[in-house]
Order: sequence, then structure tokens, then C-alpha cells
Amino acid sequence: MAAGSTYTPIATTTVGSAVSSITFSSLGSYTDIVIVCNGTGGISSNDSSILLQFNADTGSNYSTTYLLGDGSAAASGRIGPSTAVYSMRVNGTTNSTGIAHVQNYSNSTTYKTVISRGNTPQYAIALVGLWRSTAAITSIKLLEQNGGNFQTGFTATLYGIAAA
Amino acid sequence: MLNAIFGTLSSGAPPVAPNSYESISTVTVGLLGATSIDFTSIPSTYKHLQIRGISRGNRANTEDIIGIQFNGDTTSTNYYSHRVLGDGANAGGGAQTSASGFPCAWAFDTPSATATANVFTALVIDILDYTNTNKQKQGRTLAGYDGNGSGFLALASQLWMSTSAISSISLLPEYGTGFVQYSSFALYGIKG
Repeated sequence: MAAGSTYTPIATTTVGSAVSSITFSSLGSYTDIVIVCNGTGGISSNDSSILLQFNADTGSNYSTTYLLGDGSAAASGRIGPSTAVYSMRVNGTTNSTGIAHVQNYSNSTTYKTVISRGNTPQYAIALVGLWRSTAAITSIKLLEQNGGNFQTGFTATLYGIAAA
Repeated sequence: MLNAIFGTLSSGAPPVAPNSYESISTVTVGLLGATSIDFTSIPSTYKHLQIRGISRGNRANTEDIIGIQFNGDTTSTNYYSHRVLGDGANAGGGAQTSASGFPCAWAFDTPSATATANVFTALVIDILDYTNTNKQKQGRTLAGYDGNGSGFLALASQLWMSTSAISSISLLPEYGTGFVQYSSFALYGIKG
């Protein structure tokens, strides 16, 4: 039997004036977290990644594998060890969308894996990121890859999904 | 609504309509492991299904392939799958046709016994219009794992060549004998 409705909005940040990071520190009690981003960001008209950092861990405890298409070819690569998971993409001048799934974020026995997709004027991309920690995730910080800003109107929404 | 859930996400709008996404059941693998992940007696009251979870297999290798089987149908020629994938070095594609000896459609790859410890695949599988008796059934998957120096990521599609309504789903390893502790899978229903 179904356990009731879920996929619950937890919090939304709408950028009023450019900011270099967005932090969600009250995640609630769910099984998975979904992050939905929409807007512009970065330091030029080029694409850059949205980075995710967990529990304020700034150590080189993250790594990422990606798969992308740029309209002419497909490619795959690996990033890391790094100080954040590479996740969705953002573009400095054109609206972009992204969605990231942080599975089983509150368990304290496995490393945490994030799968995400990004859609920008330059790329369609899928990524999988690893945080090498068994700690439950209690906060998520979004950063722009090149130290740029999330620009006015950029939105980041957090949803919680609770399993039966 | 599907576009809202899985793809086109407009600014500030919720990805699902309120009260349209429900948890049906969850399988969490215990200490002794599990040979398969089975969702049975799936209610027919939804429009679409979604499976979300984390997975690790017991194959004596770095990874295994996990297949999806519907209604206990073990006829290999009823299953097909295609995928685009990346392993951190190369991008490519693959197809599974009339899955010989493995009566499932490829769903995702999972790290196994010799992979980096504590690493699990994260996965989302969508199964659309699962009760419709006029259509063959399609699924799609986004899944992957990163092992800090290794990794695998794929977008995959699955075809079950049957018009039967789906009432049960099994996830099965192609080479290993099962899933290890802490693997966890949850089935959700999405109203239409």
C-alpha cells in the first residue's frame, strides 16, 4: 500500500542580487533529496558546472564522472579528487536548467552518490559524483565552478522524497 | 506533468503536482544480501512508476549489469535495451537485443565486490503508462557511480515487448548472484 504523498518542497532560494554560493542547511527527514536549478551564472558566456559541497567539507573528498554532448560529439571524462562534486551546468548569459538527485543522503554507512543532468546552450550533460564520506548529509552548498556568481533570478529548489 | 518531473523545469515551479507522487514500497538489503529485488502486487491506480535507489552487487569483479524483468516474464526475446554511456575516458553506446540467456532488459551498472569500498550506484528508473494494455512497455534510466578513479554513467532505455499491464518488477544481476547489504530500492507511483 502507498505510504502517502511525497516529493515535498523543502526550500527555494531565488537570487535577488548576484551571490557566489547558496546553502541549504535544513534538509528535513527524507530518503532522497532533489535539487532543481534554473537561471544564469558564471563569469562569461561560457558554461560552467554547479558544484555541490556537503556538510561544509572543503577537503579533496569528491570526484565526478561525466558524459556530455556538444552538438557534434559525445565525450566522457573524470574530475577529481576535488573539493566538490561537479553537478549541473550553468551559463553566464543564457538560461540553463539542471536537476540533481542525492540518493539516500541520511544513511551513515555508504559513501554518497549524486546523479545529475544539465542543459545549457553549449552542452547536454549527465554527471555522477561521489562524496567519500559515510556521514549523513545535513547541509548542501551550491557553488559556481569558476568562482563566479549565481545571477539575479537564479532559482534553486530543494525537494525531499520519502520512501515507504 | 512528466516534462515537469523529469525534464523541462521552469523557474520556481514544483516538479510534481501536489499529492501526485506516492511511495509504494521499499526494499532494503540486509546483512545476508538479496538474490533479486522484487516489487510485487503493484497497484494499478497510478499512471507511471519510478524506482529510485542505491545499488551494489556481489560479483567478484568491479561491476555487474543489473537487468529489469516484468511480470516474471523469462522470455529473453521480449526484452531489448539501448544506452549511451561514459566511463570517464570514453563515451559510447550499446544495445541488447533479444537478451540471450539473460531474460531482462539492461537497467544500470552497479559496482561490485572489487570496486572501491562503500561506493554504490545511484539510480532513477521511470516506467511509463505501466497499466496500459495497448502499448508495449518502455522504461528509461539515469544511473551511475563514481569510484574516485573509476566510474560509469549511462542513460538507458528498456523495452518489454508485451502489452500486459505491469504488476510486478524484478531487478536481477547478469553475472553475480545478488545485491549486498545497504543496497536500497524504493518504488513510487505517479498519478495521471
